[in-house]
Order: sequence, then C-alpha cells, then structure tokens
Amino acid sequence: MAIDLKTKALKKSLFVFHLSTGSCNNCDIEILDCLTPRFDVERFGIVLVGSVKHADVLLVTGIGTTKNANRIKLLYQQMPKPGFVVAIGACACTGGIFRDGYTMSGPIDTIIPVDVYIPGCPPKPEAMIAGIVRLLERIK
Amino acid sequence: MKKVVVPLGPYHPLFEEPEYFELYCDGETVVDIEWKAGYNHRGIEKLSESKHWDQVTFLVERICGICSTSHPIAYCNAVEDLLKIDIPERAKYIRSIIGELERLHSHLLWVGLAGHFLGYNTVFMWAWKYREPILDIMEMITGNRNHYAMMKIGGVRRDIDNGDIDIIKKILGELKPKLEMLTGSVIDDPVLAARLKGVGVLTAQDIKDYGAVGPIARASGVDIDVRRDSPHAAYDLVEWKVITCQDGDVFSKAVVRLLECFESIKIIEQCLERLKKVKGEIAIEIREIPPGEGIGHYEAPRGECFHYVRSDGSSRPVRHKIRAPSYVNIPTFKTSCVGETIADVTIILAGVDPCYCCTERAITVYDANTRKKLFNGRDLITLSQEKTKKLKKRLGIKDE
Repeated sequence: MAIDLKTKALKKSLFVFHLSTGSCNNCDIEILDCLTPRFDVERFGIVLVGSVKHADVLLVTGIGTTKNANRIKLLYQQMPKPGFVVAIGACACTGGIFRDGYTMSGPIDTIIPVDVYIPGCPPKPEAMIAGIVRLLERIK
Repeated sequence: MKKVVVPLGPYHPLFEEPEYFELYCDGETVVDIEWKAGYNHRGIEKLSESKHWDQVTFLVERICGICSTSHPIAYCNAVEDLLKIDIPERAKYIRSIIGELERLHSHLLWVGLAGHFLGYNTVFMWAWKYREPILDIMEMITGNRNHYAMMKIGGVRRDIDNGDIDIIKKILGELKPKLEMLTGSVIDDPVLAARLKGVGVLTAQDIKDYGAVGPIARASGVDIDVRRDSPHAAYDLVEWKVITCQDGDVFSKAVVRLLECFESIKIIEQCLERLKKVKGEIAIEIREIPPGEGIGHYEAPRGECFHYVRSDGSSRPVRHKIRAPSYVNIPTFKTSCVGETIADVTIILAGVDPCYCCTERAITVYDANTRKKLFNGRDLITLSQEKTKKLKKRLGIKDE
C-alpha cells in the first residue's frame, strides 16, 4: 500500500460500498448492523454509499461466484483510486465451507487485490470496526 | 403500447444481495416484471453430497444467514424421518426456543428494512435497536450472534443452562413493551397506512395459484402454518395461535409479522418454563444412517422450508433436495407488482421479504463426454415449448 497525500486524505471519513458476491446474507446484515444504534459507525464518519463511484472502501462479502466474478472486476475498476478492498467473512477470505463448490471462482483475492481480511462466520460488528481501524492506522 | 424498461440491479443500493429485476413500464405504471437470478448460486445441494451427514447441518445453515436455524431444523427433521426416531423432550423445547428467537430477529429485521425502503429511517433504527438484545440472548446460549450451530441429527448440540433461563426471560420481558410500542406506532401511523394499504394486493386465490407460503399467505387469509399443520419440535406441546389477516396488501403483511413476534415470545416463555422441569438427554446418539429416504418441514420466518434426503447406507447423502420459501414467494411479483407505480414496487418487492441466497438455482445441461455446454435455462424452456408444439401437431390439436 503506497501512502501518498491522496491516501492520507482518506483517513478523515471513509465512504464504504457494500458488495455481496454470493454470501449467505449474514455478513451483509452484520455490516448493516454496524450502522444501527448500538454500533453506529457514522460517529466516525463512515458512511454506506449507494454507488461505487462515491466509495473509498469496497466491503466484499461472499465467495465470488462465477456469474459475479466479472462484475466484481468491473466494480473495482469503477472505484476511484486510491481505494481499499476489505474482504469480510470466511467465504471472502478463503472460500470457507463453499470452497469445493462448482460455482466458486474466488476467494476474492484471486479476483481483485485485497488490503484487509476480516475472518469469521460471520465476523462480529466489533471485529469489522477493528478491521477498519487497522486500515486507518495503516493509512496514517 | 410503448414500454420503457427500468433495470434494477444486480448491484443496487436498495438490495442487500445481488439480484436483477427488469420493470416494463408504461409511464409510471408497471405492466410487467422480469426476474433474473443466479448471482448467489453456490451449488449447496451438490456440495451436500460430498459432506458427512453431520457436516451437512453446518452447510445448510449457511444457505441463509437470516433463517440460519430453519434449514438445519428442516434437514434434521428429514434425517430423523428417515431414521424413524423421536428426539428427547428437552431437545424439542430447545429447538423451538432457538427457532422462535430466530423468527423474532428476522421479523424485526424485516420491519426495519421495510421502514428504510419507505424513507422511514426511524423505524429502521428502532427495529434494529430492539433486535440487538435477541442477538445477545443468542450469543449467550449458543456462542454466536448468527449461525448458531445448535442443531444435530437426533437432538441439539448444546444445552441451555437452567441458570440462564431467568436472564433470557428478563430480556424478553424488557423487549415486550418496546415491541408493543413499535407495533402501535406502525399500525397507527397515517403515513404508513397511506403508503401500504391497498398496495400490492394478493388474493387468497393468487396465493393458491402460485403456491405461496408463510406470512404472505397468512396475510391474504390463507391459514397455513407448518408448525401447526405438521407438528414437530415443541409446537404441539405449547399454547399459541396462527395469525392471519384478510386484505393481502403490504400493510397486512407487516401486521402479520409484527403480531407473530408476540406469539413467538409466548412460545419461548412457555418453553423456558417447561425447560426448568424437563430433565434428561439432549440428543440421541446416531451411529449410522440406513438406506432410505425422508422429508422434513419447518416454518421458517419466510414460510415453509422443505428438505428431502436419500441415503444408500453410506456416510453421505446420495441426494439432498432443498426448497426454500422465497422460491415460491418471488413469482407472486408477477401479480402483485403489475398495475402499481414504480415508487410502490420497491416496497412490494420488500413485502415478500425475499431471500435470494436461499433461492438461487442454476440450470445448465452439459454433454457427458466433452463437458461442453449444450443448453442453459432459457434454451430448455424453448425446447420444452417446441416439444409441446410438436406433440400438439402429432395429436392433431391446433394452436390457440
């Protein structure tokens, strides 16, 4: 991760885009959970955005199915750079229980470069926040 | 008639999961809807054939993260049907408790998301705040917020400690008034009523035609519930009732789900009370699975979940068929969305509480020798239609 001025500018407020690529929905609802009153990451300026073109961080969940693989690449290309990719959950990190499946074309790091891995099935919201904090520390 | 196609997805800010809809519109009115799936297809039925009977419980749990104990219960029911065994009484109560806690969190999640789709973020935040204590209970008794890994063929994997029962009761007792407040504020709200009443109506006949299940069917006055109709776990041992509404619109679906939460709390409280008195094993030891076949049902938060397993006496299932509730519920969009405006379509789509990760199917025919793709799903349908035409010609029936 090359750290230049543009990257340093990101540390104030991260805009995240959530990309589900064949997950079981669980990591996805835990990501949403981070935004709700108990965890409320908007306090730290982390906002979930609707378009990848507004995002600094791509949160990827799921195994990356064959049908999705190309779309993941396309979305990664559309993300403004510098940007980071966070693989959330066992499926995105390693393939998990689905690694022998016939539609598996992941794990995610074989499709696009990944900066942070957050393992767990599903990772707790605390773990996700800790992962993002790690990312912020590296930017600083 | 001129038609405009509005594509939704596969990655759309509205959707949690990748899915693709095409809305055919005439002005503001939707005249047809097309649905393309397969983005989430993970080949679980095939994977299941390569796993041990006990490992499949963990695999089916990962079909869906929201109804993540419905699939294991249905699968265990199927294998227990094959084995012709009855599980210990304590295990029955624990199964029902976990199942109903899951229903509570799933319905609250839906209410929140529906509020979010309508631009009512207060409902979203409230519902998800009140959902947290349920996840806390789950973490306390199973060790994980989601994916509980509690089910096991012949019983349950972990016991609920009798010391925890009072704490669970206390948390549920605190939840009840909050839930009443939420229900009251949703039912009495004039804006929500204006947005939801009379929108996306499905009649009882539509439900029967599509074979839809779960809260959607119950909201249209079709009184079906697997928990009552084919009792398993502890559902025939406790007092509760099936909630139905008659209108079939999105508002009734919300009311059915909210009122079901209270029934769930009622079931959990009774089960916890009985659990204090019932002693004994929590699981029967199963040494081998004999050849045979079995079916299992469970009323998941979204409707009837069905599993079929076949064994040849080996350590793995030979065939494992899964039918998730959203699979039959999603085609109802063809009726409920047509004639509505684009703005209402989102809430109608959400009203079904569709779960795409449960549902995804892939159809492709391969040549056995060359592994070359011959047909995909669309080709197969064309093929089937051509065959009908040929048959008609042979039998001398004219096309309409």
